[in-house]
Amino acid sequence: MSIQSKAAPVRFEAVSKRFGKDVVAVDTIDLHVDAGKLVTLLGPSGCGKTTTLRMIAGLEMASSGRILIGDRDVTRLPATDRDVSMVFQSYALFPHMSVLENVKYGLTFSGFAKDEARSRALKGLELVGLKGFDARLPSELSGGQQQRVAVARALVLEPQVLLFDEPLSNLDAKLRRQVREDIRAIQQDLGLTVVYVTHDQEEALAVSDEIVVMRNAGIAQIGTPRQLYDAPNDRFVADFIGEANLLACEITEVQGDTATVRIDGHLHQLPARGLPPGKATLAVRPSRIRIGTGSGIAATVAKATYVGVRMEYTLTGAFGQVFAVQDDVDDPLKPGTDVTMTFAQKGPVLLPE
Amino acid sequence: MTDDTSKKTPPVLIFWIIAGWVGYCLLPWYMVEDGLWSFRWVLDGYPFDEDVAPGLFLIAQGEKLWLAPLLIPLTLPLLVLRCPKSDPLYAKVLILAGALGFGWLIAQGFSIGIRGFNFDWLKSAFGDLGDRQFGMGYGAMICAASFLFLLTQGIAARGAINGDVFVVSAVGGVITIVTAFVFFPIAKMLFAAFVTEDGAYSLSVFASKFFDDRLWGLGCFWGARCGAAWNSLILAILVGIITTVLGLAFALVVTRSGFRYKRALRALTVLPIITPPFVIGLALILLFGLSGTVTQFFADLFGTQPTRWLYGMPGVLIAQTLAFTPIAFLVLIGVVEGVSPSMEEAAQTLRANRWQTFRTVSLPLMRPGLANAFLLGFIESMADFGNPLVLGGNFDVLSTEIFFAIVGAQYDQGRAAVLAMVLLFFTLSAFYAQRVWLGRKSYTTVTGKGDAGVHPLMPVGLSMPVLLVALGWALFTIVVYAMIIYGSVVELWGVNNTLTFKHYVTAFSVRIEAEGIRWTGAAWDSFWTTITIAALAAPLTAAVGLVTAYLLTRQSFAGKNAFEFGTMLSFAIPGTVIGVSYILAFNVPPIEITGTGVILVISFIFRNMPVGVRAGIASMSQLDKSLDESSLTLGANSWQTFRRVILPLLRPAILAALVYSFVRAMTAISAVIFLVSAEYDMATSYIIGRVENNDYGLAIAYSTTLIFVMLSVVAFMQFVVGRTQIGRRMSQSRTNV
Repeated sequence: MSIQSKAAPVRFEAVSKRFGKDVVAVDTIDLHVDAGKLVTLLGPSGCGKTTTLRMIAGLEMASSGRILIGDRDVTRLPATDRDVSMVFQSYALFPHMSVLENVKYGLTFSGFAKDEARSRALKGLELVGLKGFDARLPSELSGGQQQRVAVARALVLEPQVLLFDEPLSNLDAKLRRQVREDIRAIQQDLGLTVVYVTHDQEEALAVSDEIVVMRNAGIAQIGTPRQLYDAPNDRFVADFIGEANLLACEITEVQGDTATVRIDGHLHQLPARGLPPGKATLAVRPSRIRIGTGSGIAATVAKATYVGVRMEYTLTGAFGQVFAVQDDVDDPLKPGTDVTMTFAQKGPVLLPE
Repeated sequence: MTDDTSKKTPPVLIFWIIAGWVGYCLLPWYMVEDGLWSFRWVLDGYPFDEDVAPGLFLIAQGEKLWLAPLLIPLTLPLLVLRCPKSDPLYAKVLILAGALGFGWLIAQGFSIGIRGFNFDWLKSAFGDLGDRQFGMGYGAMICAASFLFLLTQGIAARGAINGDVFVVSAVGGVITIVTAFVFFPIAKMLFAAFVTEDGAYSLSVFASKFFDDRLWGLGCFWGARCGAAWNSLILAILVGIITTVLGLAFALVVTRSGFRYKRALRALTVLPIITPPFVIGLALILLFGLSGTVTQFFADLFGTQPTRWLYGMPGVLIAQTLAFTPIAFLVLIGVVEGVSPSMEEAAQTLRANRWQTFRTVSLPLMRPGLANAFLLGFIESMADFGNPLVLGGNFDVLSTEIFFAIVGAQYDQGRAAVLAMVLLFFTLSAFYAQRVWLGRKSYTTVTGKGDAGVHPLMPVGLSMPVLLVALGWALFTIVVYAMIIYGSVVELWGVNNTLTFKHYVTAFSVRIEAEGIRWTGAAWDSFWTTITIAALAAPLTAAVGLVTAYLLTRQSFAGKNAFEFGTMLSFAIPGTVIGVSYILAFNVPPIEITGTGVILVISFIFRNMPVGVRAGIASMSQLDKSLDESSLTLGANSWQTFRRVILPLLRPAILAALVYSFVRAMTAISAVIFLVSAEYDMATSYIIGRVENNDYGLAIAYSTTLIFVMLSVVAFMQFVVGRTQIGRRMSQSRTNV
């Protein structure tokens, strides 16, 4: 007997959530999470991502629309009747129960015999690497260990969907990377359906099969990490996922799929993405900016910062201000130097104005 | 969890259906004379005798046929046993059955009483009934509960409060009992104020009683006597002001002076909890009464005739000030400590000196606390019954007037009701003012952030008088309590001061005989009754209080504010008013419990419930809500969550609520004095009886015993709770890793 996955897909059909009369926390969203995938809800605070997660859990009830887990309509079902478990930001371990009792807690309500519940709970603890910690109290564990107990407690129920509400925000930076890798590994080994809320875009990029970027109670864009990073739909997504320099430009000509844009007299060719000639926005990642002395856009180094693995520059010019990183740390440019700026062949993306 | 689990009939539903049928078919429907638990009714012709028969047997024999329609709502839920919970029919049938059953039970209960139909229009419509019924018994009660919870399950199935059966049922249950035992008696009492002697309703009756000179007369301004309403009001305002000032002085000494024995001063806060309210009055008599120590001393010194100055306004004022100053202290110490030291430090760095800081920053920040302390003193003084009874003399106040209107020779329910309304009006206005005042202005300067500052000391010009007043008063309190103990061991106060244990022997002697211990003392009867009733009431009070607190902190539902106001309201209803209204409401069917122990237990539950609610709210708001939520997502329902997560974490609060309601039940007098009977006499009313017979020795010995019993209970609680709290603090600090 080991921990199995009963992964099921989750589907939102035109789901809204209103608090009181005027506050719309989630506004008619449609969402599909495939079985066995890890999907991240990402967005600034107040965008409705946690409310969405809590609606899957059944801790909030949708004001309108339908929520399905597997083929079952769970819209009106309370949390206790849904086959979903959740890992809380604060872990919410019961302080008066031992680690084992915590992990066993949900199993006792699922109709398992005592021995069975115990051995399943021990299996769960082993899976998260906490074998032998079963008699401790939560207060006798470190933050990272508490986190893993919370994961084990949710895992052993073999839920159709496993939910994470900003699970790493109480951990320090080093631990955060390790725990997120552990979570991803367990998810992939067991083939779990996981919905994961975070406001940290790096974390989202690292763990997700798919990312749902949310803004103002709605969905801004859904896609794989790569799609979102390389081809954001609009300025909001471009700026939120990774850092992006947004430059005003003009599309002078579109030939087939290729557009030619002009910034400060400099011409650059890139995929048109269906945009017509006229004013547009060019999104360029800091790493896609080339700094040189040949032809290009005239700029001045305003700030130069050495951060160890690379140099970070702020360039100013007629276009405004951009942020660029360069791998060359041996010959740094001094502030005040006049340079020219060009873009890498791949990377810059055209966005509507 | 798969789909077939939701098709299974919920066990709660089965339970309440069975309970309904048991109540209807097996248990005696009406009140059994010797009480259900004596089981004498089993031999008394059960199940056929009319007095002990269950409902089903009654209608089978052609009696009480108005109970027959209850079969319909009892049968209805059986139809949906196989129905899934999500089926709209399930909800509809349960709501119908519950509402029908509960509604019919209430309707028949109120329309048919001991003289047949209670209303003339029913008599004229159906003719004389020729039958009658008494108060509801356990059968009827369980049936009513079954209908109520069928109704709440139906409402939950329709999706109210996320479809949570436990929460909907708890809300329904609390609303029902609060309505039945707080609002219903009060409403009944208000109606009683309008009833003429022959039972008709009339406004002029009310008016004549309301505008009585004994109530509103202003004679005291020209040498005659004032009305009871004015007396009560003036007394309450004076007590409010004096206790607030004294309480503030104590609080300042404890937080802002170099005084060394602060812990001893804090111990004062325990006193009002363990002291029966009239004991202070007794001690004052020992000191300043006609044969009191101080009186005699000065009489000998100046050769004057001892006077009865104590009996009246001065005595009551001193007694109440002694009794309620610790309450004001308790309120104000929190407020005075709550003023953020950094505010005061900021003022000092802005070149205000100590006095200016105190006047311009500290004092204004304490203003809401001062108002709160004043209003509490006001309400307590209005509601106090014991001290005016012992010391009042010719000084009539509302609470004692109510008592004499009911038990005295006048026996005028209407007058008692009118007086109770006036009293209720005063306390509710104060309660309302308190909520409005505190709701608008919150100067709480305590934040989650650590505040490293230190409170500045009081300016010297202030600290000397404050210290003098506080210490003087503390000394007086000590003398008063010493008098109580001393008074219990002298032969006859002021006449024969030889030391003796005679009073204790009279009260608490035991004889050990062959058959076992014989409790021969005069006080044992009331003592054991008091302990039993208090021990029964305490867990129920704690349970009702904590469930209510859980609903208020953890759940949101329509009408929650009204719900909260309703539950806290009983705090503002003086005990005398509760006592009168219980007598008026519960001496006739459908709930006929006057003269039983049940009515005492119930009155304690609803008198002390706000304490349980406050304790519960305070500690529940410290538990992170994600604990409940994670339990819910792990498959526990809200009842299991409440029982396995919330309750274990609330152990200290539960213990505090238990002990507090136990002790309050032992010291209460104002409601009790109306509700005791020969069979169920309570310690406090027994003592009052002794005082009225001028048997001070016994009364004081008994009071002293009570004080020590309660002191040990409170000490035991401190010991146990103290230990659990240490455990909790450790776990808290470490979960924050």
